[in-house]
Amino acid sequence: MSATPRGSHDAHGGHGGHGGHNLTGMVIFLLSESVIFLAFFAGYAVLKVSSPIWRPEGVDGLAVREPLINTIVLVSSSFVAWFAETRLRRGQLWAFRAVWLLTMAMGTWFVIGQAIEWRELAFGLGSGVFGATFYLLTGFHGLHVITGLLLMALMLWRSFQPGNYDGGEAGVTSVSLFWHFVDVIWVVLFLLLYVWQR
Amino acid sequence: MSSTSASFDPRVLRAPHPVPGAPDNWKRFFTFNTDAKVIGIQYIALALFFLLVGGLLAMIMRGELITPPADLVDPSVYNGLYTMHGTVMLFLFLFPILNGFNNLLIPPMIGAPDMAFPRLNALAFWLFPLFGTILMVSFFVPGGPSTSGWWAYPPLSTQNPLGLFVNGQFLWILAVALSGVSSIMGAVNFVTTILRMRAPGMGWFRLPIFCWTAVAAQVIQLVGLPVLTGGAVMLLFDLSFGTSFYQPEGGGDPMLYQHFFWFYSHPAVYVMALPVFGIFSELFPVYARKPLFGYEFVAVASFGITFLSLIVWVHHMFYSGTPQWMRNLFMATTMLIAVPTGIKVFAWIATLWRGRLRLTTAMLFCLGGLINFIFAGITGVMLATVPVDIHVGNTYFVVGHFHYVIFNTLTFGVFAAIYHWFPKFTGRLMYEGLGKLHFVLTFVGSTLNFLPMHWAGLMGMPRRVASYDPEFALANVLASLGAFLLGVAMIPFLLNLVSSWARGERASANPWQAIGLEWLLPSPPPLENFEEDVPTVLNGPYGYGLNRPLVADEARYIARANASPAPTPTPASTPRRPEP
Repeated sequence: MSATPRGSHDAHGGHGGHGGHNLTGMVIFLLSESVIFLAFFAGYAVLKVSSPIWRPEGVDGLAVREPLINTIVLVSSSFVAWFAETRLRRGQLWAFRAVWLLTMAMGTWFVIGQAIEWRELAFGLGSGVFGATFYLLTGFHGLHVITGLLLMALMLWRSFQPGNYDGGEAGVTSVSLFWHFVDVIWVVLFLLLYVWQR
Repeated sequence: MSSTSASFDPRVLRAPHPVPGAPDNWKRFFTFNTDAKVIGIQYIALALFFLLVGGLLAMIMRGELITPPADLVDPSVYNGLYTMHGTVMLFLFLFPILNGFNNLLIPPMIGAPDMAFPRLNALAFWLFPLFGTILMVSFFVPGGPSTSGWWAYPPLSTQNPLGLFVNGQFLWILAVALSGVSSIMGAVNFVTTILRMRAPGMGWFRLPIFCWTAVAAQVIQLVGLPVLTGGAVMLLFDLSFGTSFYQPEGGGDPMLYQHFFWFYSHPAVYVMALPVFGIFSELFPVYARKPLFGYEFVAVASFGITFLSLIVWVHHMFYSGTPQWMRNLFMATTMLIAVPTGIKVFAWIATLWRGRLRLTTAMLFCLGGLINFIFAGITGVMLATVPVDIHVGNTYFVVGHFHYVIFNTLTFGVFAAIYHWFPKFTGRLMYEGLGKLHFVLTFVGSTLNFLPMHWAGLMGMPRRVASYDPEFALANVLASLGAFLLGVAMIPFLLNLVSSWARGERASANPWQAIGLEWLLPSPPPLENFEEDVPTVLNGPYGYGLNRPLVADEARYIARANASPAPTPTPASTPRRPEP
């Protein structure tokens, strides 16, 4: 079923087949998505620098140890995802699925760790701009992690469809790219929220 | 009808997507259809409906302002009227209608069968009726619609006197956010399509200016819109979840919102203006029978505008306690933007110079739009100047200025595009007589409506007021008469649209003798445009009078386009490409 439609696309001036559009679309989307984080980062920085009331009373700062472990897990998962991709390129389908599942497990670890951290914090969303920016930034990033996990689950499910990779990686590269994006954003967030505390 | 049924082919009943000529042709406009040409018409039709809604709101406002005291509507209702008028006209009329043109024009202009992501395209469209409905519903919730202006500045916009979770402002933010999601989907789609699906031989400097401006405008969407979305999310949290991002009493900063808002909402003007510059650049060569003057410069100037538009936003905040160095900086960048726009204006005038002008309705709207744009540009440079802006900021001078941009230039361009491309996509010609009546009424009405506003503003009449000092009465009476005339002007336009689509004269493949890939297709074009037989582009666009072919084998494409005025699909072309 894929031969005829792909053929019709190769007629389009040697700009590549239809399969490549996914990746182009994802790159454009991520460039745009990075700006929304940039806006939140800018808002955070402005409020942190200029707000007369930053931390609510009784809040000293954020504990770094647990989030640091989560960060290491999340960032390493990017390398694991890349490794999964290389398995797929070599045609080792089962290795791909196993490593891909490991990536998802690491992502899930991060989300659970984040949830535990949220539950143990002494401040809430309404606790001044400090609390509001913290929950906004981590929450918005968390939504992206969950989206990434859902996309990876979709890719895993599709890997069981026969002939899915006949014409290319069918979205795995795009999802992988999304995952790297989510990780890079987290590194910046970690620096802003946990390292830049004074 | 009789000619339609005569050419009816029973095969179309089996086609998954009804095609022109099929008896249930109209039904596809109410379905989740992934065909860019159907989506384009869906966008345009719904946007025109909201133009009427926004126009009705405007006429109620002008009815209120025809006399100095607030006697027709309550001042707080008036606040809701101008908020919704602005929001409807920008988010439910201009953005969607231009996306409609993008959908109709980009694939045929570059020789692509459809957009890069057809299902995403349909999804982006169907968000439009959703957020349109949300915004309309806000008229009927307790407390009425948002009354904080289309800027929605806090702390005004974060007040919630009735204490209800679902209030007018909440729905307003929701609608704007959904509009943003839809626009980002569209932007990803349009940029990917133009980057990757151009016909063989169509390098960047053979790309029609409309496509250049579409990319330039969509880049602004991609860079600017997320900032507004971020700012709007924080506004929503302040309004509904008790945070204090913008509340000074909670440690927040209301100025932050103004930066977020204008970082997008000033460039947003160029998101709307750039495609209209594209429309002007497409139409002037056709109706002056000359190549576009300085094509490369006009093309590249689009990206000059994109870049500069992202660094001018503080000129909306000259009177918001902005430090003087920042005012000077943004005054300079704002004035700089007159350079790339000036390049375009001079190129259009040079294109017209000693051309053989054909004053069709489309050309009249272009010429009217060009004259109005020059005027709007002059008042724009005036407003960029800090002392002038501080003097006339938030007066009717500003209202007059941006209506000269938004209505007298951009909406004129939209009308021109409709008259120009209507025959291509419906297969019918519009009536020239009704069209010229529409133009005359619109030109007189809009001049009467918006020109006196400059005068009232220079005298000091503030904007966003339901009552005013009697010294401004004359300007306001004139403006109100103009507004009602604009309402009347819609009658011949709508009559023309409906009547010519139903029973207008059949259009040939190229009724305006225009040069461009879309004119090498039959009118209306078949489902997937050129399908597999995409022409190879040999030359740049606008080769009027140069006697050079646009594509290889041009005669064959022209003959084929003329042979089949109402094409029926071959069975091979009907299955849709799956979107991987």
